Amino acid sequence: MTAFFRGKGWVTGLFILLALLFVFTRVIQPNYGANDFGSLVRAVLPFAFAVAAQAVVVIAGGIDLSVASMMALTSVIAAAMMDGASEEFALLVVPFVLATGFALGALNGILIVVTRVPDIVVTLAMLFVLQGAALLVLGAPGGSAADWLKELVVGTVAVPGVPEAVTDWIPKGLILLLFCLGIVWIPLRRSWLGLSIYAIGSNQLAAFRSGVPVARTRILAYAIAGLFGAMGGLTLTMSTGIGAPIPGPYLLASVASVVLGGVVLGGGRGGLVGPIVAVFLLRLVRTDLTLLAIDPNVAAIVEGTIMVVVVMLGAFLAMRGRTR
Amino acid sequence: MTTSPLLDATGVAKNYGAVAALRSASLSVLPGEVHALMGANGAGKSTLVKILTGAVPADAGSILIRGEAHDIRSPAQARRAGLVSVYQEPALIPDLDVASNLRLTRTPVEPFRQWVRELGVPDLDLRDIARDIPLAILRVLDLARALAIEPDVLLLDEMTAALPADLAEKVLDVVRRQSQAGRSVIFISHRFLEIAALCDRATVLRDGETVGVVDIEPGVEERIVELMLGARLEKARAAVAPEHEASRTGTQPRLGVRNLRVGAKLQDVSFDLHNGEVLGVVALEGQGQDQLFGALSGSVRPSEGHIEVDGRAVEFTHPADAVKAGIAYVPGDRAEALLMQQSVQHNIALPFSASPRNWGPIGMRKERETVRSAIERLQIDTRAQGEVQRLSGGNQQKVTIARWIAADARTILCFDPTRGIDVRTKKEIYQLLRELAAQGKSVLFYTSELEEVQLVCDRAVVIFGGRVVDFIPASIADEATLTRASYGLPREIGPAAAPSAVPASEQSSAS
Repeated sequence: MTAFFRGKGWVTGLFILLALLFVFTRVIQPNYGANDFGSLVRAVLPFAFAVAAQAVVVIAGGIDLSVASMMALTSVIAAAMMDGASEEFALLVVPFVLATGFALGALNGILIVVTRVPDIVVTLAMLFVLQGAALLVLGAPGGSAADWLKELVVGTVAVPGVPEAVTDWIPKGLILLLFCLGIVWIPLRRSWLGLSIYAIGSNQLAAFRSGVPVARTRILAYAIAGLFGAMGGLTLTMSTGIGAPIPGPYLLASVASVVLGGVVLGGGRGGLVGPIVAVFLLRLVRTDLTLLAIDPNVAAIVEGTIMVVVVMLGAFLAMRGRTR
Repeated sequence: MTTSPLLDATGVAKNYGAVAALRSASLSVLPGEVHALMGANGAGKSTLVKILTGAVPADAGSILIRGEAHDIRSPAQARRAGLVSVYQEPALIPDLDVASNLRLTRTPVEPFRQWVRELGVPDLDLRDIARDIPLAILRVLDLARALAIEPDVLLLDEMTAALPADLAEKVLDVVRRQSQAGRSVIFISHRFLEIAALCDRATVLRDGETVGVVDIEPGVEERIVELMLGARLEKARAAVAPEHEASRTGTQPRLGVRNLRVGAKLQDVSFDLHNGEVLGVVALEGQGQDQLFGALSGSVRPSEGHIEVDGRAVEFTHPADAVKAGIAYVPGDRAEALLMQQSVQHNIALPFSASPRNWGPIGMRKERETVRSAIERLQIDTRAQGEVQRLSGGNQQKVTIARWIAADARTILCFDPTRGIDVRTKKEIYQLLRELAAQGKSVLFYTSELEEVQLVCDRAVVIFGGRVVDFIPASIADEATLTRASYGLPREIGPAAAPSAVPASEQSSAS
């Protein structure tokens, strides 16, 4: 029972909540359709990558406050490089930006490991550093993105043999999201590095004694977070066509979704599916509150309340399971 | 003997700052041998283990495994060199299932399963999360995981401590078989019985040095105790009986501990603490003393038995309850007790102004006066009184005691209060505790430095394996007697060992 709530149960619960919320959305807005879902996915994209980045670091027992700045910096680097360049050149820009994210994330980790300054301080400092760097790259929103990149997040894919009524509900953005997360996360989850990341978050001493190179694992966890951050930055440039040097509201949202997604702050427990579902949940709640024409200030209060209630309820259910 | 040793550590030294934890330790283990590593508290045993397992690097010395020099810098390297350890606390990652834990340490699954079965756990599901597995089973899994790698040298640190008897028996069986297969085991234990039944030789450490290697044979316990004590044996025997002997006239004890049991560590402990008495608690590390003090100070709930204060049974659900009953706890780690960034005055005033009844305006004048008298009484060096963390360790400890004097606690529980304190301050603390007793207060005093018992206490209660094994009056509580008792060995028969000083009720509970 305990294992159920700690593992799959939480994610299942979130999926059910999300499904109920979609039903609710259809009730209050009967003509909520595939197009609206497509724009929901586009809105979710940068949040989802921020959440993925945060989740990896939190599972490893840390926290990354620089995630939104990382996205802003990688976004403007991509936009500035593609400005006036050819379509083919963008093929080089994408791996370069991803590598930059990976390296900057690793720098976060190295600073934490070498200086022994707490992660919250190091990544807070990096928040400012990366933000400043982003403004140096582009003083104001600008630059551009290759057309093929922009098209990756617009519209749907037609699959032969599958009726359009179904494919309409599978926007390209969703496929992109699942592909990008999957290509990093699935092999990681099955690798020794993935196990080590869970191990150092769960019990650092036990991990050390099990032969895990704790410092190296921590650096790699931050590097992977940087990689996800860069993916998020790219999707920002892809969906807006420009780069914006001021970080968006992704930091706090990422922490919120990580917690709501069943990743324990403190490390060792949780996965990536839960936080991604949670981010859809929180975005859809916001959509519904807008549809209901609720004052945005009240909406923010409602969102906060939902978060506390869901986490509390989950902990309560898990506790009931434990005592039984 | 001409066989070359499997593990040969020589001249191993380690300093922590100015403190030498190991001066020159050596340990030589032959193939197929079960070798005991012994030493009193602070002899350097745990430091040597940490060095052998790669948890801390040595400052000097060499470690040869099968004649090859190894620079062991992490547990992973130790494992590659053929040295695998099973620690006192389980090393399985709590949030991973057993199968993932095996993958993490690259342990072959089939041999692991086989060892688990042989160790007496037939129904293990590899998908179980380590956090949900009981402690005793976790230790067995740790051992099975180590055995599955087939290490040349297996280091077992207090392996049987948390195990029920049937599992412990299986473990000893398996260890014996290891040695038959030509592998070596380093066995660390406080239990002479196990050592006698299992080990071939023992290396004894004292003050960071190897002082002897002995063959295990009948009667070797005395020899080992002598080695552990060394020159101190003579000194201790020569010590004069202290002038303060218990004057327990009151029939009602201040604090009565009745068949107290806490978790698995503290099994069954009963004793009385009288008004005006300093009662020493003597125990090797991890014999349940932490749980005893935890229960008495209200931070841990006993699983069985009860505590009486002034003859009435009490139930502490929170440390505040203990404080209300006039019982104050002075922990060994001063950082646990003090607000390090706050002033001396604030720290001393905290307990008596923190009671909810005293919320609201603080009587500044009264507070200042109480604090000043406490400071004067304890001669606390207050040149750096702005922040407690800038005081010396000794002065910090005085502040922790001063606050309870200011709060007028009637009973003070001191857990190794003189650890890491200079000699002069130690003496002042001894004197202070005696003064408190003279005023009719009672003190329970756990110490890892056995010579303190005769300096401070009226008598000592000795705990071994979570049970009271002896009550020793201060007059005969020299280091040798206490050491012997703390290993569960019977008291030496001598003229001084008259049991008359022990009340009848306690004698029955001690046996």
